[in-house]
Amino acid sequence: MQGIQGRPAYCYGGGKKFDPALPSAVFIHGAQNDHSVWILQTRYFAHHGFNVLAVDLPGHGRSAAPALASVEAMADWLLAVLDAAGVARALLIGHSMGALIALEAAFKAPARVSGLALLGATDPMKVSDALLETSLHDEMRAIDMVNIWSHSSIAQKPSSPAPGFYTMGGARRLMQRISQINPAQLFHTDFAACNAYANGLAAAEAVRCPVLFIFGNADMMTPPKSTKLLTAAIAHASTVRVEAGHAMMAEQPDAVLDALYGFATSNA
Amino acid sequence: MSGPHYPGFDTLSLHAGATPDPATGARATPIYFTSAFAFKDSDHAASLFNMERSGHVYSRISNPTNAVLEERIAALEGGVAGIATASGQAAMHLGLATIAGAGSHIVSSRVLYGGSHNLLAYTLRRFGIETTFVDPRDLDAWRAAIRPQTKVLFAETLGNPGLDVLDIPKVAAIAHENNLPLMLDSTFTTPYLLRPFEHGADLVLHSATKFLCGHGTAIGGLLVDGGTFDWQQAHDKSGRFGELCEPYDGFHGMVFSEESTVAPFALRARREGLRDFGAIMSPHNAFAILQGIETLSLRMERHLANTRKVIEFLLAHPAVEAVSYPELDSHPDYQLAKTLLPKGAGSVFTFSIRGDRAAGVRFVDALKVFSHLANVGDARSLVIHPASTTHFRVPGAQLLAAGITEGTMRLSVGLEDADDLIEDLARGLKLSQKGA
Repeated sequence: MQGIQGRPAYCYGGGKKFDPALPSAVFIHGAQNDHSVWILQTRYFAHHGFNVLAVDLPGHGRSAAPALASVEAMADWLLAVLDAAGVARALLIGHSMGALIALEAAFKAPARVSGLALLGATDPMKVSDALLETSLHDEMRAIDMVNIWSHSSIAQKPSSPAPGFYTMGGARRLMQRISQINPAQLFHTDFAACNAYANGLAAAEAVRCPVLFIFGNADMMTPPKSTKLLTAAIAHASTVRVEAGHAMMAEQPDAVLDALYGFATSNA
Repeated sequence: MSGPHYPGFDTLSLHAGATPDPATGARATPIYFTSAFAFKDSDHAASLFNMERSGHVYSRISNPTNAVLEERIAALEGGVAGIATASGQAAMHLGLATIAGAGSHIVSSRVLYGGSHNLLAYTLRRFGIETTFVDPRDLDAWRAAIRPQTKVLFAETLGNPGLDVLDIPKVAAIAHENNLPLMLDSTFTTPYLLRPFEHGADLVLHSATKFLCGHGTAIGGLLVDGGTFDWQQAHDKSGRFGELCEPYDGFHGMVFSEESTVAPFALRARREGLRDFGAIMSPHNAFAILQGIETLSLRMERHLANTRKVIEFLLAHPAVEAVSYPELDSHPDYQLAKTLLPKGAGSVFTFSIRGDRAAGVRFVDALKVFSHLANVGDARSLVIHPASTTHFRVPGAQLLAAGITEGTMRLSVGLEDADDLIEDLARGLKLSQKGA
């Protein structure tokens, strides 16, 4: 995809070509990640009746740097991706920071959002001073801290994306690779954007489209008790809990997929 | 310990990749002795085939017992994925064939296990894959041998049998400067002694038959993707890795590097290599190797302790001409070994007996505790004469270059009482000199 706000951007399509006749599902990854965290869910959606746009956010993976410094700017960018793809209305599926981006995009352009699926979301998404500091001065250590906190097990089954893959090792390497591709302290930029985002509750209270929350029971990054403000602000939302940590798409790929696809087909 | 930390080596050796069996609660990993796995429904079947869900279809592609072993070795190596194969040779073939084909070129250390040398020098050449062999200590030779068609640099972490210690950081740097991955055979070191990905390697293979299994029972291989090599960037710069970065007709135009940012190699190796070459490990063997890995660190510590006692004895014996072991300051890689192998240089090494070839034959035939056979890494102590066995197809000049003479003996020191091993060797050395 060329020329989103003047810079090359990448969207993974789930292994299928874009079909304007189909409903669209947009997948938005979290901090220091890229589209590949959604690999199983996106392939299933793409082969079961949806256009898939799994973005690499600016400065992440294959989309050109620099990264954007605020959730609001990332939401604007996401809406520009929809424009460029010719998608008038889409289901937005976001994980962690990506959930804030989806929420803000729905606030900015409610008519363009058919539904919101928010995974590992909380608001405010405060990042501890210690982690902010570590991400600024020792990004590799911050990656390891977050990776350890994001996984509930060293033996989740089925492992993602396939048997024989060590999901905790894969998640670590992905964050390291994202850093290698864009060494401009991306993790700190993402964390700072999450930390500074102040419109979450207002955006949540304004949401009228169907909303699904998916939480990991063992999520240490956005623990269940921290999500109450956000869930209370969207009274009509439904909630699914899975036995996973923050990295729930890899730790419980089937449970996450089944929840997402059921929600998507009910609200496409 | 302050702050969050990853599980330690021994914890991973016991738990990585394994949960109590969901069907029965069995705590040890069951042997899933089944060819195929029932689908829940037609949609489940299709989504498994099309990589929309993770799971097992057919044991040639994946098996739950094998998956535990694969995930465990990936965790122990600090990698992202493992693939269990029928043998170490199969792991090497799978690793190379995943990225190389007719017209490709490989640069390899010339100091190799004889079977690896055969595969590169003769068999892959028959399929149009050419290999240039270089002295692993000669960094300029590595550099000079690289061609536009080169796909990978290959070496052993500890060369067989002379224990040349590969300068992994420097050879990896040469590979990466040329947009190439470094693949290492880490059989002699195991992840307990050396984790090659921490030093710059990108792909690791093991003959799991050896120390990982540890009991001389199961043949098996393991191929590990470190997730460290940026195949897409290397392909963008060199055009070398279309297998991973361009649409693959054999899987509906899948571009593996888009599917997985860090592990397209492991994806293709499984989806193509296991599917089409089919050199998979039996789940029974995977179980045996898992059992071995559970005690890897305990065994390696004992292997090392016994090896040091045996070497001390040999160095003092008048019938011994030389001992080659990287922990000795006489070894050319003594300093490098201190850096890369701080826990120890393993339990396989060579020494030379005074006298002619007949002295060596008398030595081997006299041993009672050491078994004369072609293997290493058994719990039992082993001995072999490389020039007439493991390396007999290697040309003479290359033998000498690899540090092997007619009198060279290779020992694999096991877990017996060190005093019994020393007594056995003393008897053999005494008899070796009788006819001199």
